Amino acid sequence: MTDQTTKASLPAQSPPVESPPPGKRRSPSDWFKGDGAEPLRRNLGLIGVLVVLVIIGAVTRPELYGDATWVKNNTFTILQQASAIGVVTVGMTFVIIGGGIDLSVGAIIAVAGVWSTTLATQSYGTLGMIFTAIVVGIVVGLINGVLISYGRLVPFIATLAMMVAARGVAAQISGKQTQVSANTTINDIASTRPLGIPLLVYILALVVAAGWVLLNRTTFGRRTVAVGGNPEAARLAGINVKFHTVLLYALSGLCCGIAAIMLTSQATSAQAAMANLYELDAIAAAIIGGTLLSGGRGTIIGALFGVLVFSTITNLFAINNLSTEAQNMVKGGIIVAAVLVQQFRFRSLTQLLGRKPVS
Amino acid sequence: MIDLSRRRILFGGAALGAGALLTACTSNTPQENTQVNTGNEEANPNAAPGQKVIIGFSAPAADHGWIAAITNNAKAQAAAYSDVELKAVEAGADAATQRAALATLISQKPNVLVMLPHDGKELNAVGLEAMRAGIPVVNLDRAFPDRAAYRLQIKGDNFGMGIAAGTYIAEQLKAKNVANPIIGEIPGIDSLELTQERSKGFVAALASFGFKVANRRPADFTADGGQKAATDLLQALPKMDALWNHDDDQGIGVLAAINQASRKDFFMVGGAGSKAAIDAISAGNSVLQATVTYSPSMASSAISLARLIGQNKGMSDLVELQVPKEITLASETITKENAAKYAKLGF
Repeated sequence: MTDQTTKASLPAQSPPVESPPPGKRRSPSDWFKGDGAEPLRRNLGLIGVLVVLVIIGAVTRPELYGDATWVKNNTFTILQQASAIGVVTVGMTFVIIGGGIDLSVGAIIAVAGVWSTTLATQSYGTLGMIFTAIVVGIVVGLINGVLISYGRLVPFIATLAMMVAARGVAAQISGKQTQVSANTTINDIASTRPLGIPLLVYILALVVAAGWVLLNRTTFGRRTVAVGGNPEAARLAGINVKFHTVLLYALSGLCCGIAAIMLTSQATSAQAAMANLYELDAIAAAIIGGTLLSGGRGTIIGALFGVLVFSTITNLFAINNLSTEAQNMVKGGIIVAAVLVQQFRFRSLTQLLGRKPVS
Repeated sequence: MIDLSRRRILFGGAALGAGALLTACTSNTPQENTQVNTGNEEANPNAAPGQKVIIGFSAPAADHGWIAAITNNAKAQAAAYSDVELKAVEAGADAATQRAALATLISQKPNVLVMLPHDGKELNAVGLEAMRAGIPVVNLDRAFPDRAAYRLQIKGDNFGMGIAAGTYIAEQLKAKNVANPIIGEIPGIDSLELTQERSKGFVAALASFGFKVANRRPADFTADGGQKAATDLLQALPKMDALWNHDDDQGIGVLAAINQASRKDFFMVGGAGSKAAIDAISAGNSVLQATVTYSPSMASSAISLARLIGQNKGMSDLVELQVPKEITLASETITKENAAKYAKLGF
C-alpha cells in the first residue's frame, strides 16, 4: 500500500506524532520522518546500492572516473541502456500492482518490432512504423487482458502462452530473418541528443512521469491499487474489476510497443528473438523497487531505481571486464538482498519512527 | 444493455481502421538469396542427371539468419538437381522433437539422410539407428561423438574462425606499428561450445603476436543484444584499436552502437559472412573492414555430397571412388579486395 492509500483509506489511523508539536520549528529530521519524505525513505536502500556501485566503479577504474567528460557520457550510457527496459518496467509495475503478472512483454516487443519493420510497414514511413508498433502492442495486451478477465485464465498461464505464441508470430512474420530498418528517422531516435541528453532518456523520463501521475494522481491509478489489494472489496466498491484488468494489460502492451520502437532504433533492426528475457528483467526491477508480487502495493519511482541498479551493475562489470556469469550471480544476490532489506526496513524503521507498520 | 454512445462507435471505428491498416502491413516479401551450385555438365561429369536420390533433411526451427539460410540453401540446392527429391521435416525447438521428426523421416526410407542436429551428443543414437537401417547419414556442422553414426560429416571450423580473425587483426596492427593495441571482442551466446572454440582460437592467434584481448562483452546473436554489448564495450574502452564481433547478424546492432557513439578510432572484423556485412566491407564506409566466414553454404554442399553418396559416386577431382568421411570448411577472411568474389556466398 502506498502512502497515498494510507491517507485515503485509513485517515483515522494516522498517529499525531507525525506533525511537529506547535511552537517548535521543523528540523530536517522531522521532515525526514514526515509524509513528504516517504518516497525517499522507501527507496533509501536502492539509492544506497546505486551509490555503492558508483563508488566501486570509481575505486576500481580511477583513470576513467577521473575524466569528467567520460563520467557524463557514462551516466547517459547507463540511462540509455536502461531506457527500453525501463519503459517496459513501468507497464509491468502497473500489472503487478493490479494483482497480475505479464510474462509476455519480451515477446510483445518482438511482435511489435518485427511487425513494424516489415517491408510493407516501412513503406508507410516513420509514423506508420510507430503506429504499427504501438497498436500491435496494445492489441496483444488486450488479448492477454480479455483471456485473463473474461476467459478466467490465471495471468501466469495466459501470458506464458502469449509469450510462446507471440514469439511464434514474430518468427512467422519475419521469416526468421533479421529485418533491417531502412528508415533513418527511426534509426536516428537512438543517436539524437537534444541539449546533449539522449532522446531515449527523454522518452524514459516522459513514460516514468506519466506512469507516476497515472498511478498516484488519477482514479485509474487508485483503482489499480484497490483491484490488486483486494479484488473482491474493489468489486463491492463498484469498480469494474474485469474491465480494469483488461486495461492494465493493454497498458503493459502499450509500453512494450513504445519499447519496441526504442529497441528497433537502437539496433537499427528487429527480429523474432529480440528483447530476450525482458520479462524477467522487468519483473525483477519492479520487485526490487518495492512492488509487492501479490499486488496492491508498488511505486513507479522504486521500479525506475530497480532498472537503474541493474543497468549500473552491467556497466560496472563491463568497465572492469568481468564475466557475465559473475554479473548474473551478483544480480541474483541483489534481488534477494533488496527484498530482505525492504522487509526489515519496513518493520524496524516504521517502529523506530513510532508509526504503525503499514502492512 | 449495450450502450452505443457516440464515443464507443468512434472508438470501434478507429479500432477497425487500425486493424485494416495493420493487416496491410504484414505482407513481407522475403528477399531470399541462396548459395547453390549450378554445375555445368561438360566440365563436371557428376552434374549429369543420374539415378534418382531421395534425401531426407532435418534442421532445427530457426530464430536466427544463419540457421534459416541452412534450410533455404538445402532446399534450393536440391531443387537445382533434376534427380533429387528432398523430404524436409522441421525439427522443432529441441532435441526430443527432432528425434521424433527423424523417426518419421527414417520410416519413409530415404536414400540418404542429411541433418543438422540440435545437439550432436543427444542425436548420436538416431544417427546410429539410421546407419544400421542402411541409410547413410550426412551430419551437418554439429558432430556426432560416435564415428559409426555418420557416413559424412561436413562442418565449419570455429577454432579456425577465431584464428583467422585474430591473425587478420594482429597483422593489420603490426603493419600500423601499434605497440600495445587495445583489442575488444563481442562473442555470441557465451555458454555455447562453438562460442568458446571461437574465442580460444582468437586468443591463441593474438597470443602468437604477443597481443591480448582487453575486454570481452558477450551478446546473444541478436541485433539488440549486439547493440547493448557494444555500447558497454565502447564505454569501457574509450580508446580501442581493433574489435572482433563473432556474428554478422548481431553485427547489425554492433555497428549501430558504434555509429550512435560516433566512434571511428578502430577497425572491426565480423564473423559468419552475411550479405549485409560483405556489402558494407566492399562499400568501405564503416569501421567494418573484414569478416571471417562460417558459411551456411555448407548445407548446399551437404546436399550435393548426399546426392553423390546416393548415386555411389565420388568427388570427381579426387582419386577416391567415394566421398570422403569428414570435411571441415576453411574459415576464409573476406576483405575489400576479395569481397566481390564472395558477394554471391553472403546469406
